[in-house]
Amino acid sequence: MGKTLAEKIWEDHVVRSADGEPDLLYIDLQLVHEVTSAQAFDGLRLAGRKVRRPDLTIATEDHNTPTLDILKPIADPVSKLQIDTLRNNAKEFGIRIHSLGDADQGVVHVVGPQLGITQPGMTIVCGDSHTSTHGAFGAIAFGIGTSEVEHVLATQTLPSSRPKTMAINVEGSLKPGVTAKDIILAIIAQIGTGGGQGYIIEYRGSAIRELSMEGRMTVCNMSIEAGARAGLIAPDQKTFDYIKGKPHAPEDFEAAQKYWETLFTDSDAKFDVEITLDGNTLEPFVTWGTNPGQGLPLNASVPNPAEIKDSEERGAAERALEYMGLTAGTPLKNIAIDTVFLGSCTNGRIEDLRAAAAVIEGKKIAPKVRMLVVPGSERVRQQAMKEGLDKVFLDFGAEWRNAGCSMCLGMNPDQLAVGERSASTSNRNFEGRQGKGGRTHLVSPLVAAATAIRGTLSSPADL
Amino acid sequence: MAMEKFIKHTGTAIPLRRSNVDTDQIIPAVYLKRVTRSGFEDGLFAAWRNDPDFVLNQPQYKSGTILVAGPEFGTGSSREHAVWALQNYGFKVVISSRFADIFRGNSLKGGLLTVILPQEAVEAIWTTIENDPATSITVDLETRTVSYGSTTIAFDLDDYTRWRLMEGLDDIGLTLKHTDAIDSFEAKRPAYKPKTLPIRI
Repeated sequence: MGKTLAEKIWEDHVVRSADGEPDLLYIDLQLVHEVTSAQAFDGLRLAGRKVRRPDLTIATEDHNTPTLDILKPIADPVSKLQIDTLRNNAKEFGIRIHSLGDADQGVVHVVGPQLGITQPGMTIVCGDSHTSTHGAFGAIAFGIGTSEVEHVLATQTLPSSRPKTMAINVEGSLKPGVTAKDIILAIIAQIGTGGGQGYIIEYRGSAIRELSMEGRMTVCNMSIEAGARAGLIAPDQKTFDYIKGKPHAPEDFEAAQKYWETLFTDSDAKFDVEITLDGNTLEPFVTWGTNPGQGLPLNASVPNPAEIKDSEERGAAERALEYMGLTAGTPLKNIAIDTVFLGSCTNGRIEDLRAAAAVIEGKKIAPKVRMLVVPGSERVRQQAMKEGLDKVFLDFGAEWRNAGCSMCLGMNPDQLAVGERSASTSNRNFEGRQGKGGRTHLVSPLVAAATAIRGTLSSPADL
Repeated sequence: MAMEKFIKHTGTAIPLRRSNVDTDQIIPAVYLKRVTRSGFEDGLFAAWRNDPDFVLNQPQYKSGTILVAGPEFGTGSSREHAVWALQNYGFKVVISSRFADIFRGNSLKGGLLTVILPQEAVEAIWTTIENDPATSITVDLETRTVSYGSTTIAFDLDDYTRWRLMEGLDDIGLTLKHTDAIDSFEAKRPAYKPKTLPIRI
């Protein structure tokens, strides 16, 4: 019997396997950031251990960093200590770091691909659940905790039990105005936040193949929101073209590509689970609740919990509506928002900024709406400025910031205040995720842009 | 890091009747700035603890060491701080019918025992501890059982993880015994695999 893509990559990385034990998996690349690494480096120091492969490790600063005045000392002393700790650890252990102000600083999952360090057939880890982003290149990439970060630093391996495999086939072609973000939000709404638990998802089908590399990254990024260990997409010519010319593209590109071309699921391979979605009928999707599975097409209305059969889900929906301050039956398009966030490892790439800029160009932001545009990396920011996108956003009335995780998580200065409501291109709508008491609706960059114009949840078709 | 051995724990339990308790609820991001492994108990369920009626604030549950939660516990971020916050607060065991993968991995690496029981069993424990918060519950890794009163429920945990927890073993130390295997794997890695050093920009 043939093998799935995930099985092929997994087997290529097994250092050691023994009955009744997890496989010892070799890790090709570890990405490091300030929030989940300090205690790992401490652990190494306590045990007198070194980093085994600094040359397969790279660090940047993103979660806890400001997006204004980035060259001034960080105002919050606790945040400053965390950043300084990463810088000191990088120096002590000989790890490459891209700090605030550096041309290659940015959200860790934007930095890897743009450097060309993310390549097909790799195993990639990071102390961040959105590491699944890198699966867009046909890699097994997953988030790990700090103990595992330390384990990989010390050994360049990770004991891991082999996940099951799931295929999600999205066939057909997306309608105009429907994006990668809508695909993944629709998938999560269908299979639930635990639907992918224990699986590596392979996204397949014509609607996936038609996506750009940026779009594929958006889909794989939110695999974790479906509970999956990882998500990946078989590499193709688009993948190879994206890597070619990047700083860390293989010198012997031909040899690498020859291997990459073997990375697909064999026609006679069997997935543990297969799910199919019709790409032709997908609509712009938004979330109404407090977990990413609580989403609906933008044309729908806030659901009535009383109509939900499952008691657990019904209770969750009741609590979500209370937290979100929403009434059942309200058309989603009537929901007024006060903040729009365009950015994050989900939708902070150049293509996302271009898409939103094209919608708002020549228009004015709705009164009382604040819009933050936060490029995923300094390189994305530079590219956008070269294309004049910064001017488009500023003329519109948005704020143009420096790169970082920003408002995706309420950790740095960019946060929602109590009761504020955002349309956000990020990945999580948990209670308080964007700031204590803040309310989040997850949307695509196109919906974010149209919403900023109208002040209520909208798609470009509503303009 | 080596961890405390876990063989058996007896304590009282706290019912957390919520599903999808994500890691942002267990510990919000603003509490993740510390560079230590301790002191995270102040961030545990920080937003919910503002509510005087929240279960952790109820006097009858003050001394609980076993958290009994709804399904999909620990979804979201990979932050191991969620495990540390629970441990720093005093929890030794979390019981749920479903845990998110990364959270479960983190908990078992760090010595916080996460026990998966069928939802009906979770409901039964909820009812019992709501009726009598002083109910003593024993979680025994040796026999892989949860017991209280006259009830004993078996749970699954793979032998390898159980052994590691019962011995309190340092995972890194275990892997380093196989350094030869890592060396020989590395010797065969293809040359086109990317390296972060030397820096190419």
